[in-house]
Amino acid sequence: MSEVLKKTPLHALHLRLAARMAEFGGYDMPIQYADGIMTEHKWTRTEAGLFDVSHMGPSFLSLPQLGGGDDAHRKVSALVEKLVPSDIAGLAPGKVQLTVLLNEDGGIIDDLMIGRPPREDQQGGLYIVVNAGTKENDFALIQKAAGSEAQLHRADDRALIAIQGPKAEQVIEGILPEAVGLTFMTFKQIKDTPYGNVIATRCGYTGEDGFEILVPAEHGEAFANRLLEDHRVKPIGLGARDSLRLEAGLCLYGHDLDTGKTPVEASLNWMISKPRRERADFPGAQKILGQLKDGVGAKRVGIRPLGRAPAREGTEVQSADGQTIGVVTSGGFGPTVNGPVAQGYVQTAFAKAGTPLKLIVRGKALEAEVATLPFVPARYKR
Amino acid sequence: MTTYYTNEHEWISVDGDVGTVGITKFAAEKLGDVVFVELPDAGKQVKKEADMAVVESVKAASDVYAPVTGEVVESNGAIVDEPAKVNEDPEGAGWFVKIKLADKGQLSGLMDKAAYDAFCATQ
Repeated sequence: MSEVLKKTPLHALHLRLAARMAEFGGYDMPIQYADGIMTEHKWTRTEAGLFDVSHMGPSFLSLPQLGGGDDAHRKVSALVEKLVPSDIAGLAPGKVQLTVLLNEDGGIIDDLMIGRPPREDQQGGLYIVVNAGTKENDFALIQKAAGSEAQLHRADDRALIAIQGPKAEQVIEGILPEAVGLTFMTFKQIKDTPYGNVIATRCGYTGEDGFEILVPAEHGEAFANRLLEDHRVKPIGLGARDSLRLEAGLCLYGHDLDTGKTPVEASLNWMISKPRRERADFPGAQKILGQLKDGVGAKRVGIRPLGRAPAREGTEVQSADGQTIGVVTSGGFGPTVNGPVAQGYVQTAFAKAGTPLKLIVRGKALEAEVATLPFVPARYKR
Repeated sequence: MTTYYTNEHEWISVDGDVGTVGITKFAAEKLGDVVFVELPDAGKQVKKEADMAVVESVKAASDVYAPVTGEVVESNGAIVDEPAKVNEDPEGAGWFVKIKLADKGQLSGLMDKAAYDAFCATQ
């Protein structure tokens, strides 16, 4: 492979920690450390895991002049609302929202997080975090939608560090005490910390309580090292990040979501806010509103294989009587569930929890059923 | 009893005309935590270099190839019940199957321990 992989500000740290590295989203990333995926996964569910997610795409969309209260917020929100079906204008100060970028057919270009800053003097700015593999296109789309009215400032040269797990709050309390007051899906800037000016968001992608902290690149390693000094914290690779998010019933772009799927088909109806439904002013609105009214042919569901064999992405899904009704879009082994878990798309007639399914694995039909997501209850701090 | 190795990281330890087969320590470490194993039943005919068993880690499924042609005379149910045994002792209690060799001449095409170690160093 001749492509030169990008490195995050924590790259040297991963090598020192003897991580097994591989390409992800154009970056050389840690897949696992010495303990292995199973141990790392369980550690995150019981203690606290540190994840390098600096490969993702944090950014700020800003009007030329910040401040200006609700009017400024509405103005900048209108620019991104050209691309997403959620009510960004209606976000309370300090709230972040998970949403999707849509194309004209209502297909999902990416999933992303958009936040409204808490402080009065920051209104007219938005904190936007997109996925690693899609960020170049996403950033171009957002800037195009904003035109000359607002400027997108990339922050993906910084370190973005997630700390996840039931002990995450106790760990952060000793290091960034001001972050502890945040509740699930809220964020704030914390100035003049030993690690510079940081942005802390109470969120994550594991189903556990935790934080994602955006730190200037030059302080990234010191911040990570400070976290790792705590005996409750271990570094966790992308392998366990994937098994954790799968158990949490969350989507992986390019697998569970792509431009061939709408948010209704992806069972993400909650992202389509009421005021936006009423105004029908988002990309693909006619199609999506039609689907909300009349239903969809196939939708995303959880799938629980009843045996021990995992069903991987691409596995054919059949009904109990053997007709092809769908496909697995991500699947593997859930260490906390202690069994195989998957999600995929099935015809709506077969989407009800408990519906018996067959999964065609290596030519054999394995018993499975539609499962309620998440597989492991979320423990967010509301 | 002599042990031979393949470039697909299987080992075969031959006693008379029966060989015990498994995956090497190198392979087990590369795979990571094994969570599922599928083995051929006794009586099944396997063919040299054709897939014979499946081993799955949290992340991925991998085929295990037969190092020789022959008939499966026993498979190790213990690793089906407890796949972690493959990681704990891949070249011992974590064996996969016993194969009755059809042609012992096939063994000469496999690597000995020194050759295999040298091969792993290049991987």
